[in-house]
Amino acid sequence: MKFPMSLYRSPQTRTGLILLTFVVVVALAAPLLAPFSPVNVDPSARLLPPLSRGLASSAQSGAPAVHAETALHLLGTDSVGRDVLSRLIYGSRLSLTVGFLAVLISAVFGSLVGSLSGYWGGWVEASSAWLIDVQLSFPFLLLAIFLLGALGGGTLAVVLVLALGTWVNYARIVRAQVLSIKNQGYVEAAHATGAGTLRILFVHILPNTLSPICVVGSFSMALAILTEAGLSFLGVGLDPSTPSWGTMLNDGRDYLLTAWWIATMPGIAIGVTVLGVTLFGEGLRELLDPRGLR
Amino acid sequence: MSASILDVEGLSISFGGPARRKQVVTDVSFKVERGEALGIVGESGSGKTLTMLSLLRLLPRGADARAVRASFDGRDLFSLTPAALHNVRGREIAVVFQDPLTALNPVLTIGRQITEVLRLHFRSSATDARRRAVELLTSVGIPDPPLRLRQYPHEFSGGMRQRVTIAMALAGEPRLLIADEPTTALDVTVQADIVTLIQRLQREKGLTVIWVTHDLALLARIADRVLVMYAGRVVEDAPAGKLFAAPKHPYARTLLGSIRQDAPKRNRAASSIPLTAADAGAAGCPFAPRCAEAREQCRNVSPVLKVYGGDTRAACWALDDGSTRGPGS
Amino acid sequence: MFSFAIGKLLRAATVLLGVSFLTFIIGHASGDPVLLMVRGDATAQQKADLRHSLGLDRPVLAQYVSYVGNALRGDLGISYRQRIAVGQLIRLRLPNSLELAGAAFTTAIILGFALGILAALNRDRVVDHAVAGLSILGQVVPGFWLGLMLVLLFAVHWQILPVSGSGDLAHLVLPAVTLALPTLGRMARLVRAGMLDVLNSDYIRTARAKGLSERQVLLGHAAKNALLPLVTQAGLEFGDMVGSAFIIETVFAWPGIGRMVVNAVLQRDFLVVQGCVLVTAAGFVVINLTVDLLYAWIDPRVRGRS
Repeated sequence: MKFPMSLYRSPQTRTGLILLTFVVVVALAAPLLAPFSPVNVDPSARLLPPLSRGLASSAQSGAPAVHAETALHLLGTDSVGRDVLSRLIYGSRLSLTVGFLAVLISAVFGSLVGSLSGYWGGWVEASSAWLIDVQLSFPFLLLAIFLLGALGGGTLAVVLVLALGTWVNYARIVRAQVLSIKNQGYVEAAHATGAGTLRILFVHILPNTLSPICVVGSFSMALAILTEAGLSFLGVGLDPSTPSWGTMLNDGRDYLLTAWWIATMPGIAIGVTVLGVTLFGEGLRELLDPRGLR
Repeated sequence: MSASILDVEGLSISFGGPARRKQVVTDVSFKVERGEALGIVGESGSGKTLTMLSLLRLLPRGADARAVRASFDGRDLFSLTPAALHNVRGREIAVVFQDPLTALNPVLTIGRQITEVLRLHFRSSATDARRRAVELLTSVGIPDPPLRLRQYPHEFSGGMRQRVTIAMALAGEPRLLIADEPTTALDVTVQADIVTLIQRLQREKGLTVIWVTHDLALLARIADRVLVMYAGRVVEDAPAGKLFAAPKHPYARTLLGSIRQDAPKRNRAASSIPLTAADAGAAGCPFAPRCAEAREQCRNVSPVLKVYGGDTRAACWALDDGSTRGPGS
Repeated sequence: MFSFAIGKLLRAATVLLGVSFLTFIIGHASGDPVLLMVRGDATAQQKADLRHSLGLDRPVLAQYVSYVGNALRGDLGISYRQRIAVGQLIRLRLPNSLELAGAAFTTAIILGFALGILAALNRDRVVDHAVAGLSILGQVVPGFWLGLMLVLLFAVHWQILPVSGSGDLAHLVLPAVTLALPTLGRMARLVRAGMLDVLNSDYIRTARAKGLSERQVLLGHAAKNALLPLVTQAGLEFGDMVGSAFIIETVFAWPGIGRMVVNAVLQRDFLVVQGCVLVTAAGFVVINLTVDLLYAWIDPRVRGRS
């Protein structure tokens, strides 16, 4: 899979890559970049608009010295005095991690189901097809709200539910690949040389599916980030005190008329990240399509 | 001298923006007489289809066509207003395209696709148009026209579909019919029928027909005159009889050799080397790389079309000094 | 065409059954609703009595069967929280949701189609880029955030539209637009691509060669073919839209079933949730069926296959 250089050619993909790298860097360097702590509450600095300064004492200990003096809240503070910018920066970690984990689990699970259902066929395939139909026959968001509300929230639950949202795509890709391989007689040949099912799956099927899976993965990640935002916004997602973009939006909603920045900033952050991921995914897809993988 | 029905001079077509201009047709000139059957032959990439399309301004996006003169029946095609152009299309000049499956709209009935021509150009009423459509289908040999009118393109066989496109083309009662590879997409068994059909219709209606094809054998049977194109240029233009008996241009001789099995061994077979994407507008004769008679001049200066014997034109330096070894020079 | 439709219907029915069963199971696993209904000091006996009176002590399967039986007769149970029949609650609020979804869907389809065609006809010019920008915007930011921003702009800053609630057309505008935007964007892109494909096709060249004016070519020949990808996508979009409607209703305090469901989930009122899920799934199935049939009608080539 010849990757890197051709990715650079399209301006779309380049932009996507730049945006994505930017967000990842921010996430990784959060402790260095955030002027304040994202969780410490400070009632004396509530609802300050952007570019305002809190009292010098409101700067958190442990923050870089230069900021401790100025106590400038570039993007303002929220309803309990937390610095919006810092929460935004730390929020990138949570959103990216949750999104990525969800996609990972989704891809693994989906590929497994897809390969088994394609390989064994029969009732395995029929029942998974039917299950997929059932899942797709009502809006995923409703299912997510339902599951999270019924089984309790928390980060792990959110990740699993998000994974539920996209596993079908991977299952379909892998299953199609398995079927086409099956039709080419590799399987019999491999069996004849004593290879087991697992080995066949890994050696023959996996390499061909990696590329389309990566493409789908990008779009899944975008969707996961957006969905997490929605779920947290409704109050069924991540714990409200954790600094995620979704919970910030939930927070900001009550203060929309008085402190618009609390809700506006996370949305922009989400938009930038999702844009980066989506452009990257589109670039990947264009890269792979003309080679006739489909 | 009666004016030719079509008189083209200096037609050139190029593609691409200012940075990557690529010339695909260079300085093409020819005349077509009323009632004549003109054949334009050349391999893929020779520019023959584009030349025809440019006359009706049907070129794809990004194409630029210019001509010193492109006159149909005295009118300059390239300076027509859009309204006038729409009046010429279908009504005076009609086209039968190569692949009838893609040339017909899959979601509209045959009847609709034929009657709309009649309603457009003759303001026929729905009933009159339908009646005329039935006549047209009959004239092209399609049985049970009323039923067929209600059907969709995918319900016809290949040969029947092409008959339908011919009926559609003739619905406007044009005076010039351009048949662009009308049989290429069809079964060999059906090809002859379609050719015979077009010939018969030509005789019945006094049509002028331009046959665009890569099949020289076909033209041997039906053409009055033949234009040979190579890499976007006209290389030979002669009455059919003379061309087949004694082709002048080395490329024409290669083509003929390939249907006559006595190809001069020195010319490399036309089909063995694909036509390179060399810029058609570049200097020098485009056939030089494959020509056994090529000389220094051929590589540097584009040959000019010269008249031989009053009714033949050819563009080849080797012809002037009589050193060509083709028959009949 | 008939056997085609029957086959689809049967499949839809089995899927619906599956949906209701799964919802039922999950709802039961979510916890004991009795605990939410009684006061903290209720005795075990009181709880058991309540459970018995609600039929919650029967085996799960039996409960499910009687639920389905009742549902087919229109009885979806009684909400634990509000002591009103679920069917009644849905009947009260569903029309509002339909109004919102309907307005949003229609707007998205019509505007999406129009903008897509506009973009295709003005390829690479300002209009095309503007439509692309709008489309991207609709897809990278959360819909509800866009809603909040629109509220900030139109209701707070310019004060020409109300902030929330329902009632008249003015109240419908912001929620409907917010709901419609992502779909609108996707539709416009799809239509643009489809239109460009169509415009490059041979049959369009034939239509032009016949002397038809550009307008006749577009409306008579291109439009119908460009509709095809739109129709399939529209069905999928409706699904997404219904899902997003839940959130949008919450943002704008729109009295639809979306808001009701979210609250019901948070309050463990699972009969309400089940009822809503069932109704929504049924709606979906109907929509998908309609899409399949519509597609077969537009594209005659599909009718032959089953």
